[in-house]
Amino acid sequence: MQRFANPTLFLKLANAALPWLIAATVLLFAAGLYTGLVTSPPDARQGETVRIMYIHVPAASWALFIYVGMAFFSAIAIIFRHPLADAAAKSAAPIGAVYCFLALATGSLWGKPMWGTWWVWDARLTSMFVLMLLYLGYIAVWNSIDDPHRAAAIARVVAIVGVINVPIVKFSVNWWNTLHQPASILKMGGPSIDRSMLLPLFLMALAYAALFFTLLLLSLRSEIAARKLRQARLTEIGKH
Amino acid sequence: MRQAMLALIKRDARLARKQGGGFGAALGFILAVMVLVPLALGPDQALLQRIAPGMMWLALLLAVLLTADRMFQQDFEDGSLDVMAMSRMPFEIVTFTKALAHWLTVSLPLALITPPLGLLLNIDTSQLPILWATMILGSLALSMLASIGGAVTAGLRRGGLLVSLLVLPLYVPVLIFGVAAATASLGPSSSTPALIVLSAITLMSVVVAPWASATALKAYLR
Repeated sequence: MQRFANPTLFLKLANAALPWLIAATVLLFAAGLYTGLVTSPPDARQGETVRIMYIHVPAASWALFIYVGMAFFSAIAIIFRHPLADAAAKSAAPIGAVYCFLALATGSLWGKPMWGTWWVWDARLTSMFVLMLLYLGYIAVWNSIDDPHRAAAIARVVAIVGVINVPIVKFSVNWWNTLHQPASILKMGGPSIDRSMLLPLFLMALAYAALFFTLLLLSLRSEIAARKLRQARLTEIGKH
Repeated sequence: MRQAMLALIKRDARLARKQGGGFGAALGFILAVMVLVPLALGPDQALLQRIAPGMMWLALLLAVLLTADRMFQQDFEDGSLDVMAMSRMPFEIVTFTKALAHWLTVSLPLALITPPLGLLLNIDTSQLPILWATMILGSLALSMLASIGGAVTAGLRRGGLLVSLLVLPLYVPVLIFGVAAATASLGPSSSTPALIVLSAITLMSVVVAPWASATALKAYLR
């Protein structure tokens, strides 16, 4: 892993991978949206509103995964002093925050016709809202501390402490019997939804993943460029 | 080590007593909430009784949050923290002791005083023992979690908003289970499960918070 710490090598790899990732993102979103919104059947009880699921579920699960990834990168940064890990966690945070917001917003739009309310303070919604706050807090740490090394050291702690919330979000629907339905895909005994709906859901999950990695690489690339600029400016100041 | 910890607690307690501020302001905040809530919601006794435990928990939680950003700031600015970091005590023990001192001087007295103040909100007096138990237990978690926020913003000029944003998510479980225990004591269900979960949260915060605040403070002290 330390091999990829070299920014030049990393940039070479990222530049090679990016066109493929962008193509994959476009194709997967096209396929996922077409099968999800057009060809998949409406739900027996929910009718056409079930199609919100294809936007909502992948966004929510990726918002969780991305937070875990952020905490993982932060742990790597503490343990191995990997120079790119902090930048990766920093770049992942806004993407995760947007996914989290998307999950909350589409969930709210779905809740109105199905539950009769935009928002309830049930366990899953509350813990997802807390996840959103954690994302914002993490981003705020980076923005309010000027020295990047100091900001990195503190942001690591914030990310790792916040990861305690993730299992609470994941299992909230099983621990507390609340309005939000329990897990129906990743559970013991296989998924409990029909193939015709599973396929678009799967495609959309892949599409969100491809989009995340595309944005992450783009953001990391500009992060490395910003670092180089900062370094160059400092040496320039040092010369005078 | 124990002597050093005791000395540190005594020092912080003396500072808190001589300087005032923290505890007094927090108590004033709680009193203001207790007095203003009935004025805002109207003098409906049944309504007040129903929301009393939640309101009291909310007041306690926000009052502790008010004092969080000053937990390490002064010691950081006058250099005392550097001395503590250079002492033979592990720095995690220093942050743990300082959070403990904060609990003893701010959160614990507040937790002891708040339940009787509930009489202003027409609280059901049978709820007082469980409220005392949960608040004494939960206030330790509040102090520990506040120390994370205080440490993260120790070197910042304006850390207030950031402290709230960072600490509030961590306070949510404490609030939920603290209030759950108090409301369960009225109904048919037992308040033991909520109390057990609250103890677990408190113990966990005692383990995680000293490490987190020590790591964050070290970034400022380097």
